[in-house]
Amino acid sequence: MLELKNIFYSVDNKDILEGLNLTVPDGEIYSIIGVNGTGKTTLAGIIMGLEGYKPDKGSIIFNGSDITDYSVTERAKLGITLAWQIPAFFEGVTVYEYLSLKDGNGKPEDYLDFVGLNPDKYLGRIIDESLSGGERKRIELASVLSVNPKLVILDEPDSGIDMASIDAIRNVIFSFKKAGASILLITHNEVMASMGDVVSLLCEGIIIKQGNPYEVSNYFKTYCYDCTSMDDPKCEDNEEAMIASVDNLSGKTTRK
Amino acid sequence: MDINYSKEYEAIVEAYKKAGGNPEGLFNSEYASIVINNHDVLAKNEVPGLHISYSKIKDGVKVKISVEDDVQVKNPVHLCFGMLPREGRQIIDSDFYIGKRSKISFLAHCSFPDAEHIEHIMKSQVTLDEKAEMKYVEQHYHSESGGTFVYPKLSAKLGKGARLVEEFKLKNGRVGLLDIDYEVDQGPMSSCELLTKIFGKKDDKIDVKESIHLNGEYASGTAKSRLVMIDQASGNVLGEIEGNAAHSRGHIDCYEVVQDQGSIATSTPKISVTNPLSKVTHEAAIGRINKKELETLMARGLNEDDAVELIVNGLLR
Ligand SMILES: Nc1ncnc2c1ncn2[C@@H]1O[C@H](COP(=O)(O)OP(=O)(O)OP(=O)(O)O)[C@@H](O)[C@H]1O
Ligand SMILES: [Mg+2]
Repeated sequence: MLELKNIFYSVDNKDILEGLNLTVPDGEIYSIIGVNGTGKTTLAGIIMGLEGYKPDKGSIIFNGSDITDYSVTERAKLGITLAWQIPAFFEGVTVYEYLSLKDGNGKPEDYLDFVGLNPDKYLGRIIDESLSGGERKRIELASVLSVNPKLVILDEPDSGIDMASIDAIRNVIFSFKKAGASILLITHNEVMASMGDVVSLLCEGIIIKQGNPYEVSNYFKTYCYDCTSMDDPKCEDNEEAMIASVDNLSGKTTRK
Repeated sequence: MDINYSKEYEAIVEAYKKAGGNPEGLFNSEYASIVINNHDVLAKNEVPGLHISYSKIKDGVKVKISVEDDVQVKNPVHLCFGMLPREGRQIIDSDFYIGKRSKISFLAHCSFPDAEHIEHIMKSQVTLDEKAEMKYVEQHYHSESGGTFVYPKLSAKLGKGARLVEEFKLKNGRVGLLDIDYEVDQGPMSSCELLTKIFGKKDDKIDVKESIHLNGEYASGTAKSRLVMIDQASGNVLGEIEGNAAHSRGHIDCYEVVQDQGSIATSTPKISVTNPLSKVTHEAAIGRINKKELETLMARGLNEDDAVELIVNGLLR
């Protein structure tokens, strides 16, 4: 479905992604976990093709076509969409309008119901700062539902969501999968990440570990919680271990 | 009801619909209304507690609208102003007096459907007595020629606890030249909201000046403007708030979108406080449409032009 090949990306001479390879298989949830500042949101921007996120090197393949030079709209038309970590506000635009951007197979009220918001209360609301952070995040998920995507990039869908509602968010994510979509689930929470069929650990711009949720979550908890960089002696990572783990993936990533 | 049915009346009502006006408000006797084309009053209707009188002046009409004390005018008063001719000058000099504790709203629609060179000068004096509430929403429809020159002037005085909401919207057709000049003098515990929403195209020229003087304790006032400039249009907003009384609060909120090379926007907030217990703030943003908003809509499949349109429509709503 989606394949990133040897992606390099830097901004202001700062290397952010350094030869990243990953493959999101058809119809699966692919989780990416990593601490703050490791390049997760950058990766989302690169896949969606946002302004300022053109990779310096490497290519993005979607269902066999090279989409590296496609615009955001072109990618969206292929079925790729993104739910932002911090969603945008739209002065004067109602939730109803926002959920009616595409003639989908559902109605705005259904999408709201799905994310646990009462349509009677929310359809007429304006998407501005009067919405709470959590409400805005749910509306973002509803908006993703409304376009019936093939590949959903979710950038920390759980941030700002209260504990009691996390299950509802997880259900929405599973429903994307049920509808046949592939999901790239970005998070720094290993419980959330464990929803993935595959989990990858992103550290300083490359994937240092990939495997089943249990394995990677454990690794993350053990080594990444209070690690400051890969050079930190606490990090299990040493050239050998890292190369070994990455070689397990089909990728050929090696660290410079 | 006092209606002078004629071809002219029918035509001005048609123009009124183009400006977004609902004709129900002109024909139904439960709605107070006045219809003016060029220099003539074609219709007027009063409701209990509300009085409308008028007289001819050079190039226009002088209108006086007054509301007695303790009157809640149920339906919005419909004002239909326009100029059907291609050229000319229209002055509407209006006086509004709203009595103590009375409540009223106005819907004004101004149409200049065939304007090639039309000057429309709207001078309003508004007096709100103690605890009176008035909402005035004005919408315009101008021809595509750009030959419309509009000068809305407002001078308002708000008594103790009075409340004024004033909205000016011009989204359809060309603006031409627009020079808004509002000045509000607020008494104690009064509140005032000024809102301006304008879409400038081609070589439209827009000047907005809004001044609020917070002269009474606990008075609060906001001046909010949303301007979208495309092509070579220019927009210039001067927001001014003076905090002269204890515990008064003022805020200026100006957002101007300049979307094309050649369009210009400026914003000048002028805030001052002469009483240390008063607080006045301002926020202003000028620039292209927010990238994240645009890309969010594009990530849902909209092309850039449709995304811009949706965002602009929201801003100017
Ligand atoms: N314009 C920029 N200039 C300099 N550094 C930048 C710029 N944009 C991003 N970065 C840096 O790139 C790195 C990756 O940022 P990114 O937002 O992708 O991290 P993240 O993994 O999503 O973090 P978080 O968990 O906090 O959301 C960070 O160190 C950030 O400071
Ligand atoms: Mg992030």
